[in-house]
Amino acid sequence: MDRLAFLLATGLARGLVIALFALSLVIIWRAARIVNFAQAAMATVAVYVAYAVVTWTGSYWLALVAAVVTGMLVGFAVERWLIRRVPRDNPLPGMIVAIGLVMILHSVIGILFGPRHVPMRAPFSREPLYVGDVAVLSPYDLFVLLLALGIVVALAVLFNRTTLGLQLRAAATAPEVSRLLGIRVPRMVTIGWMLSSAVAAVAVLLLIPTELGLNAHSADILFVHAFTVAVLGGLDSPVGAIVGGVAVGVLITLVTGFLGAGMAPIAVLALLTLVLLVRPGGIFAVKEARAA
Amino acid sequence: MRTTPTPARHRVRTVAAASSAVAVGFVLSACGGADEAAPGVAEDSITIGTHQPLTGPAASGYAGISAATKAYFDYLNDNGGIHGRTIEYLVKDDGYNPANTQTVVRELVQQDEVFALLNGLGTPPHSSVLDFLNQNEVPDLFVASGAELWNQPEEYPYTFAFNVDYVVEGAALAQHFLDADPDAVVCVLGQDDDFGESFLAGVKIATGEDGVSEYQTYSTSNQDVTAQLGAMQAAGCEVNLLATINGFTALSVGTAAQMGYFPQWGASSSGGDYPTLVELLGEDVAPQLLQGFVSLNYLQNAPGNEWTELFEEINAEYNGGAIFDGNVVYGMSVGYTFAEALLKAGEDPTREALLEVIESGELVGNGSFPLTYSADNHAAYDSVQIAVVDAGVQDFVEGAAYRVADGAVTPVEPQHVPLTNDGVPSE
Amino acid sequence: MTIKNLSRIQKIALRGIGLAAVAVAVTFVLSPYQNYQLAFVAAVFCATAGLTLLIGLTGQLSLGHAVLMAAGGYGYALVAGPMSAAGIGGPLPLLAGLLGALALAGVVGGLLGLAGARLKGPYLAGLTLALVIALPAFTSQIPGLGGDQGMRVPFVGVPDGLRPLVGVEQWHAWIAVVIALLAVTPLAIIRTGRTGMRMRAVHGDEVAAKLAGVSPARVKTGAFVVGALSAGLGGAVLAVLTQNVSPGAYDLNFSLLLLVAVVVGGLGSLVGAAVGAFLVVLLPWLIDTATGAMGLSTELEQRLSGDLVVLVFGALLVLVTIVWPGGLSNALSGRFSSLVDRFRPRVDQPAPQSLTER
Repeated sequence: MDRLAFLLATGLARGLVIALFALSLVIIWRAARIVNFAQAAMATVAVYVAYAVVTWTGSYWLALVAAVVTGMLVGFAVERWLIRRVPRDNPLPGMIVAIGLVMILHSVIGILFGPRHVPMRAPFSREPLYVGDVAVLSPYDLFVLLLALGIVVALAVLFNRTTLGLQLRAAATAPEVSRLLGIRVPRMVTIGWMLSSAVAAVAVLLLIPTELGLNAHSADILFVHAFTVAVLGGLDSPVGAIVGGVAVGVLITLVTGFLGAGMAPIAVLALLTLVLLVRPGGIFAVKEARAA
Repeated sequence: MRTTPTPARHRVRTVAAASSAVAVGFVLSACGGADEAAPGVAEDSITIGTHQPLTGPAASGYAGISAATKAYFDYLNDNGGIHGRTIEYLVKDDGYNPANTQTVVRELVQQDEVFALLNGLGTPPHSSVLDFLNQNEVPDLFVASGAELWNQPEEYPYTFAFNVDYVVEGAALAQHFLDADPDAVVCVLGQDDDFGESFLAGVKIATGEDGVSEYQTYSTSNQDVTAQLGAMQAAGCEVNLLATINGFTALSVGTAAQMGYFPQWGASSSGGDYPTLVELLGEDVAPQLLQGFVSLNYLQNAPGNEWTELFEEINAEYNGGAIFDGNVVYGMSVGYTFAEALLKAGEDPTREALLEVIESGELVGNGSFPLTYSADNHAAYDSVQIAVVDAGVQDFVEGAAYRVADGAVTPVEPQHVPLTNDGVPSE
Repeated sequence: MTIKNLSRIQKIALRGIGLAAVAVAVTFVLSPYQNYQLAFVAAVFCATAGLTLLIGLTGQLSLGHAVLMAAGGYGYALVAGPMSAAGIGGPLPLLAGLLGALALAGVVGGLLGLAGARLKGPYLAGLTLALVIALPAFTSQIPGLGGDQGMRVPFVGVPDGLRPLVGVEQWHAWIAVVIALLAVTPLAIIRTGRTGMRMRAVHGDEVAAKLAGVSPARVKTGAFVVGALSAGLGGAVLAVLTQNVSPGAYDLNFSLLLLVAVVVGGLGSLVGAAVGAFLVVLLPWLIDTATGAMGLSTELEQRLSGDLVVLVFGALLVLVTIVWPGGLSNALSGRFSSLVDRFRPRVDQPAPQSLTER
């Protein structure tokens, strides 16, 4: 029983990072109807900048800010200078260009920084706090939890309570009408990319301290899991991303803990197959989403 | 013969005919002139090659090895080489992907015509070229992996291991801990492949079949070992033996500490390199986290050792001052061992002469024990020395060395091979 | 079947046999390593040919095509291995192994196809991505597949009669070329026939296709299955060439490389698939040779090695998609046909404006 509680808590912490990253994929999908395969590589670039900041200044908080700002800049650059030039009559070219971008970023990071993992420390202890005899979340897990929730709330407020949010949603769902109403649709798409890329950068920054360290490929598996989650929950659904993220995180941890590490990818694939066969547009899909 | 065969076609025929003794005799008598130099051997140089992961996820742990070997050869070449020949070391990146290994090894053998393959790295990549190299009769020396596959002289006469195998490592580590406390609760965390399996088999030699309280595995694609360590903590594991690569050793020790779990650790030589672990864990906390950390080795990598000091100098001068870690000592030891074999193979080395000299048992190497190669044993070492970290220094423990052979662990005395002639092999 | 139809099929078959004959003739002037490269290209071509139809004609993006090749390799090994161990010699293990490859790849392709019929673009991409990531887990969890080290595949030697004439690598190149011929010819026939038309119809407008009596689900599943069979044969060729099949060889990077090949070659075009196959096999070798010849420092060479190739492939993928949506084959054939036009004016098909052919 202790074991189960511990695994559930660990899975929750891991799942939140996946959820946050999945959320970034959903933002970009809603804004631009594109699955950004380059999201992890772009976020890794931002985290390399954050690493430089933490090395120079010693401040994790400045690094966090740096990750967000760089994430936005990278998102801006990629959208303006690359994605905008891609033919948009179907989703294929966008996905392919993004895959090309992954290869470019991975190789450039590899050439510049070499293959070694750069260690990055968590800003809080990872020693779990006990509830009774049961080890549950560590302070760092709590930090991840609060930050993730904070971002989700902030995004919800942005999208639902502000004019900018309204414009973003309008531009994404009805670009033609929005244009007639005077919304600058291309600018909204760019903002969507910047937001998404910044959220992804934070997710990767939160992930690194629980891993070997920073490397060109650090976020690859996070992307695969998050993409699975986004597909699972429905690419249009922020709620799906969060619920799915936590579900997949818990699933991976439970399977690893009880059945062995080798079974985890199979379990994820099985869950994905099952959900897609029952609901081809994801669990939280609305009817229109299927026509995406 | 209808046409004069080109050298390349000559070799292909040799392969094709390998299954038929008659044809072999025919080809050899037709084309095998006595004064024809062996592949890769030129007037003033000798070309050998290797496949290594320089890119991809495995690169972070191993890219330093071939650079160190190359640095040693540069040092050797500046000191006259072997029999007046310099050694040209062609390093090909395979990204730890067996398909790439296939391609680059063929390129080395057929296009670059290397004399031998040296220190091909990794069990899955190298096992994919094992048949090819042996069918083509290319010496496949000092494979960089602890799998038992490389020691099969009957089936693979051209292949020789270098690392002590994982069974030996597991048995020696477990024995060391049991010697200190026969009732210790021993557990194993292993990579989910032959590394973990063989290591576990070794541990069981020392503990008995039911002596391992908990066996957990990790997969390199999933860099979170919290679940596994939670299970080990719950099982009351006191001694955790690790069949892990350096990255996952650091991850395990770090994660456990963050969980408030402080068992005794014992790691394979593939994952017990102190400088690498310090780099991964961070210089500020590593000495404290790794206090009492047990590992083992068969090479002389202790601080203050004459070989270590020589390699440190070579590293500074020929390797651009790369971080001096276990990979550097390992890579340079491989280079030295090859140079020694080449020297003893004679003035005009042939592939046959090279294999003969290794199988003759003449080689001593530069390890904590003399090499154990013979005609029916293609393993380099069967003994290891236990090393412990104390106050930020990893050093061998006096009187803690084990030999593992025929399913039994026995204590041995290390016989450190002394440094001679500044690390340049000489007659 | 009408006579006109027959002659189309005959024409394609003849052209295929002609190309294969040329390839076999070429093997006599190549070195063993070049013959190995040629055989590798043929194996990759088997996979890219199916993938280019799948993406280019039906618009389904599969990131798991390497898994289908792996299925072929394992299918081959599971059948040919025991036969050879039982002492059965001659061509029998090879032929039975190919059937095994077709069977296993066909089953996996059929399952993926069923999923593909229900899923839209990014959802299918997500499923295939999860599949390719899970491949090593499958091979280590299912007993008999040999885990990370994979399975050994029996050596296919040169037949006694040919031994004085033909080297091993050359013989393997012949096998590869013939299998590629058998794998790709049906795809060429499908592409130009009614089924090809149905595929384009489904990609263009599913509702309209439905109204015209075409079942999108059947067409999409069918495209996956034929692509899988062809890729499976490619996997079998690689198994024969390398005497080994292991999960590490069929990772996500290899899947992406196949994607690079078909996009850069030109989606929907079999010539493009061939050009792409040559590119992904030869470019890494060319770049490696070039950097090796430049006399760089060890450290720089180590850093560039491998990564530089990925950089070039990534840049090609982006550039071709944005600048040259028809791919290399289109750009080249456009140039070639304009040259031909000067001498023999005729109405030519316009180059497709979008990335995918419809």
